[in-house]
Amino acid sequence: MNADTPTPKYKTTDEVDFVIVGSGAAGGILAKELSTNGFRVVVLEQGPYLTEKDFTHDEIKVMQQDLLTNRPDLQPNTFRKTPQEKAKPQRALVYGRLVGGTSVHFTANFWRFHEIDFIERSKIGAVAGSTLVDWPITYADLEPYYTKVEWEVGISGLAGASPFDPPRSKPYPMPPLPVKGGGVIFERAARKLGWHPFPAPMAILSQPRPGRAACMNCGFCLGFGCEVGAKSSSLAYAIRAAEKTGRCEIRPNSYVHKIELDANGRATGAVYFDKDRNVQRQKAKAVILAANGAETPRLLLLSANKQFPHGLANSSGLVGKNLMLNSGGVATAVFDEPLNDYKGYNVSRVLHDFYELDANKVGFVGGGGLDARFDSTPIGFAMGGLPPGSPRWGKAYKDLLAHNFTRTLEIFCHGTSLPVEDNSFSLDDTVKDAWGLPALRMTYKDHPDDLKLSTWLAERAKELLDAAGAVKQWSYPVQEQQFAVHLLGTCRMGSDPKTSVINADHRTHDVKNLFLCDGSSLVTSGRGQPTLTIEALAYRASDRITHLAKQG
Amino acid sequence: MFAEANRRDFLLRGLSGVSSVWVASHWPAVLSAAAHAREAAVASEPPKFDFFSPEQAAEIEAVSARIIPTTDTPGAREAGVIYFIDRALLTFAKDQQTVCIDGLADLQTRVTATFSGATKFSDLTPDQQDQLLRALDEHVASPGRGAMRNRKASNSFFESIRALTVMGFLIDPNSDRRGNRDAVGWKVIGRDPAHMFQPPFGFYDQDYPGYQPNPPASGKAGS
Repeated sequence: MNADTPTPKYKTTDEVDFVIVGSGAAGGILAKELSTNGFRVVVLEQGPYLTEKDFTHDEIKVMQQDLLTNRPDLQPNTFRKTPQEKAKPQRALVYGRLVGGTSVHFTANFWRFHEIDFIERSKIGAVAGSTLVDWPITYADLEPYYTKVEWEVGISGLAGASPFDPPRSKPYPMPPLPVKGGGVIFERAARKLGWHPFPAPMAILSQPRPGRAACMNCGFCLGFGCEVGAKSSSLAYAIRAAEKTGRCEIRPNSYVHKIELDANGRATGAVYFDKDRNVQRQKAKAVILAANGAETPRLLLLSANKQFPHGLANSSGLVGKNLMLNSGGVATAVFDEPLNDYKGYNVSRVLHDFYELDANKVGFVGGGGLDARFDSTPIGFAMGGLPPGSPRWGKAYKDLLAHNFTRTLEIFCHGTSLPVEDNSFSLDDTVKDAWGLPALRMTYKDHPDDLKLSTWLAERAKELLDAAGAVKQWSYPVQEQQFAVHLLGTCRMGSDPKTSVINADHRTHDVKNLFLCDGSSLVTSGRGQPTLTIEALAYRASDRITHLAKQG
Repeated sequence: MFAEANRRDFLLRGLSGVSSVWVASHWPAVLSAAAHAREAAVASEPPKFDFFSPEQAAEIEAVSARIIPTTDTPGAREAGVIYFIDRALLTFAKDQQTVCIDGLADLQTRVTATFSGATKFSDLTPDQQDQLLRALDEHVASPGRGAMRNRKASNSFFESIRALTVMGFLIDPNSDRRGNRDAVGWKVIGRDPAHMFQPPFGFYDQDYPGYQPNPPASGKAGS
């Protein structure tokens, strides 16, 4: 925290205007916007308040010991494929558990959703086995907020470079980051195939901003926090801006586990464990949950009461349901000469030629994009980055590591997840977390079209690697997903209280002063990069909530 | 260890345009992290073991030297992996102490049973050592991507030492884990030990002419 910032300390008995649960992509922006608009805000974050000086390139601390992420030792998960099965304990998800949330450690791919993502149901009709519906808002409604995110948070990119891009009111505020070897290979091969590669829009600064350095290409990006503030996380921008208003308190190590209602059915604030596991109650006039697409529904389910026996704001029965993870395959290749793609941020070239596929031609619904990346750090690469069947020790292993580390390129496919009602986060009936609360249980079985799409996209990735002249390439068969990073759709937005949890203002249909805004709000999954949309929604929600609050 | 002057130079160049307040507030932290790593490196000489006895350390080191052998380039031995493992077993890999100690005893038994007259693994020839290790190798399939997120402790001596050796060889040398001494592991795999780079990064981007616009797309894609 900046020493020169007069951040307030509210008492739990002070009835602040808003308590926001979660400080990530959405929570950070809501805090910044609402405190800027004059409201008194307390942000309750379950994780610690780490800053740039706490970040490190120690892979064991960051990746294996979850310095920045949810902790399986304290917060176990369970998984099952269908509601009929008994869930088994296994790590089911990763999310950022610190001030700034997942935006601190993410890859920083920053694609807008396209027009189709908001109206796909109307355009293609009903999809068997899916609860696909249109959004209550359109791309045009969100466009000004996409632009606002890009300019305020700091996005590098080249407007108009992709012929498939939706219309935009302004270019990016700064040029793309420097191309990487993998990006050059990707671009040349894609052009050979008649595709349209373009510089990846990234939430990483290519030019310095006040208090933040431009990317120095250290190479410890996905999974790591940025020591120089180049990654445009909520920590690097929105949280600091919120604190500067003097009206926003960020309260870390505060694990919210219940939202209580008064006799009139209004939320009274948030109940949480402080760092010593004492129960505290922060009073507030209104409550906003931005705890991510897993913890927001979990918190609602944990807050069941007499009026809402199946979970707070859950009259629709849809809290936690329609979970979407995004689909996609990976193809990996080795090239003749060193790329040295370990240097720098992870992704420098993308293509969106397959964003909107013709279901009649390909035989499934959905679409996606491809990116060129190398996101392995040295230990992670040595543990899992060599081709299948490679030696695991001895001279041959060492020689292969020495050859491949600098010459490996991955093509990642990112695509649609169709919403399926049974796919969900819910409360496990036996496993508890370290605070004695029911653990998160994930239920997930990909819609068959998602698997077909992943396989189809992976074929395109292989085609691209062939065209690129890879010396060796491999991929694994697409499998049903059991591990979540994108946590989407679990409290979907909609106009009908029977088929959605929040309205277009992010207000829950059931509780007047309770709002939800994070990945859970999404109605569709887009094509694999949800963070920009989550942040655009947070800016828009801030406007809507400010408007409603001023009306009383 | 890479030259501090270069790192500093890069950092300052990268920071041009950043407010002096930011530099002032962050620079000491950046420096102290590097200084701490340097002190730790200095303080560990002469190296001593906190978990292993010198005899145990010699045996484990001999195993790790077959996982990543010294060839025409440095291996686990030169990277000081044994010191990393010694510290690991008292810190993040505490839960593998028993596996290591029991595994050492088992290894001892195998040495005497297989090679008459031999008493220590570290006294065997490399071929003999490999013969024993091949018998212990359970050929666990690569976990692929996300390997580092899997915290399940191995109950196999070989897997445990294998994983710790790889980690000790490739851990950030600036960390306080006593591995990857002088960044030799990173140099072996071709990772420049610096933490700041300027393009061009490698072979394929060195002659890149700059991004050229795409031709327009012809209708909807996806056939």
